[in-house]
Amino acid sequence: MEEAIIVENLTAAYGDNVILTDVSFRVLRGEIFAIAGGSGCGKSTLLKYLIGLYRPEVGRVIVEGVDIAQADDDTINAHRRKFGVLFQSGGLIGSMTLAENIALPLKETLHLPSPFLTYLVRAKLGMVNLAGYENHYPAELSGGMKKRAGLARAIALDPAILFFDEPTAGLDPVTSREIYELISIINRGMKTTMVIVTHDLDLIFRLAHEVILLDGEKKGIIARGKPEELKSFTRDRRVQAFFQRDTR
Amino acid sequence: MAKGYQLSREKDGTIRLSGQLSLPQVPLFLKEMERIFHEENQASFKIDLTDLEGVDSAGALALAQLEETGKAIIKGMTEEVRRVFELIDRDTIHQPPLHEAEQRTPLFESVGALCIKMAYDFVTLMTFAGELIISLPYCLFHPRSLRWNDIFRNMKRTGVDALPIVGLLSLLIGLIMAFMSSLQLKQLGANIYVASLVGIAIIKELGPMMTAIIVAGRSGSAFAAEIGTMIVNEEVDALTTMGFHPIRFLAIPKIIATAIVVPLLTLYAMMFGILGGLIVGIIGLDITLTTYLRESLRVVDVWDVTTSLIKAFTFALLIAGVGCHRGFQVSGGAEAVGEATTSAVVTSIFLIIVADAAYAVILHYIG
Repeated sequence: MEEAIIVENLTAAYGDNVILTDVSFRVLRGEIFAIAGGSGCGKSTLLKYLIGLYRPEVGRVIVEGVDIAQADDDTINAHRRKFGVLFQSGGLIGSMTLAENIALPLKETLHLPSPFLTYLVRAKLGMVNLAGYENHYPAELSGGMKKRAGLARAIALDPAILFFDEPTAGLDPVTSREIYELISIINRGMKTTMVIVTHDLDLIFRLAHEVILLDGEKKGIIARGKPEELKSFTRDRRVQAFFQRDTR
Repeated sequence: MAKGYQLSREKDGTIRLSGQLSLPQVPLFLKEMERIFHEENQASFKIDLTDLEGVDSAGALALAQLEETGKAIIKGMTEEVRRVFELIDRDTIHQPPLHEAEQRTPLFESVGALCIKMAYDFVTLMTFAGELIISLPYCLFHPRSLRWNDIFRNMKRTGVDALPIVGLLSLLIGLIMAFMSSLQLKQLGANIYVASLVGIAIIKELGPMMTAIIVAGRSGSAFAAEIGTMIVNEEVDALTTMGFHPIRFLAIPKIIATAIVVPLLTLYAMMFGILGGLIVGIIGLDITLTTYLRESLRVVDVWDVTTSLIKAFTFALLIAGVGCHRGFQVSGGAEAVGEATTSAVVTSIFLIIVADAAYAVILHYIG
């Protein structure tokens, strides 16, 4: 299988404050890859490097063949259209209806006939179980609905890679499962590569094909592999503490 | 999926698609299909997908829409293509919206709605003023209930931090007024009256007014944005559930701080305004320092300064009150905070001018 993302010896820092050192991993095309770890371990920082919001000064980040450190701004902007991002709060624009939010990247990139654009927007809303909500504003939605609407916008351009920042944070178990279901359906149906930043064990065990565990003290990866393997065979106490905690 | 699709025709008219049909090619594909439908004027066409290697959801939707309009009959879907088609729930696409889209309101209806909004706005402003009138004496008689650190912090933000901009603008206004008036008064040989004109204008009107407008722009808007953001983040709800009175907790410290610093800033603005006039007087009109100051003091007395400071105090209450009120009115998200901020500045400036006009009439009759 080809690699969609390659991270090599990445060091992430805010000025002198080093968050991650010497991080390396590969994400295969079509797989669901989880980046796990406790609060403050650098998960969201790593995500920002992957989506090109931060440029690596030490190490390399190659996403869909483009080296984020070397590419110029125009290349990165064009490249970003190949991936969708679901932000923690949904990231919807409050002054626009859901239909306008979803149509925004489509209008920006392509000249689609208006009836087809409407058809496409409605279909995307239908895919995330929000049919009929096209004229609603984000403020009129619950937290779970906002995430689903954010997901509809993230898949508007049929991206090759989808990034998720804590997709189930703050959601009840039922809504969380709806999100798992959607992630799984999109992954299976469209073979989209998915990178999920999370500390939700249920999500990791249900969906992830591969997981890396970051640690704030080590400032790097302390475990990698298939979730079940990490849970059953690890001897590292920190890894055990993370994967064997009771989530009932 | 960037390879693109190829379209070929079979003898029986069937359209055969091969390659990959994905979002970037969809506009071209739809155009091409439209051309075929138009040129061949047939009721429907068969589209064979047997050789189609892959589609994304946009490609599948383009095909689905053609099928729904009755112009195409799709056959020969591969497993790969079928899986993407299964993602699309066609029933939901035609589900009517739960909300109707916003329509443009007719002119008269808009005017009516605006009048109702203004009346409602006035009622809420009066209600807020009433709550302040109840809360202020309570805080004055229970000084321990006041958050003094917050008052000092707001005094610094509203007063000390505004010193450079208030000083600079007042100096420039003094300079401009003196310079413009000297052009006319020079012709009459009445240079000395430049000092009187600048003195009266700065102390009676421009000092308090300019200071109030700067504070409204800097601090009134900041109060609205701060409280508005707290409402959006449910911080105000948290305060209420902890038993705090949001107006006493958030608005009163801001109002007290503004009421203390705005009169002081006004005095400071007056000094810089007169200094501006003095610079033009000395450099451009050959008036001596003592003559200029004596002339300024001749036309302005303590009563003028006192009434101006009372005006400044009133303006301060209006700025802080309106800023906090607009902040508490926020509901929704970032856009509502932006609206509240703009509205706080516009309403404050409007009320400052109305209050100034009222003071002009009252002071005229008092003498």
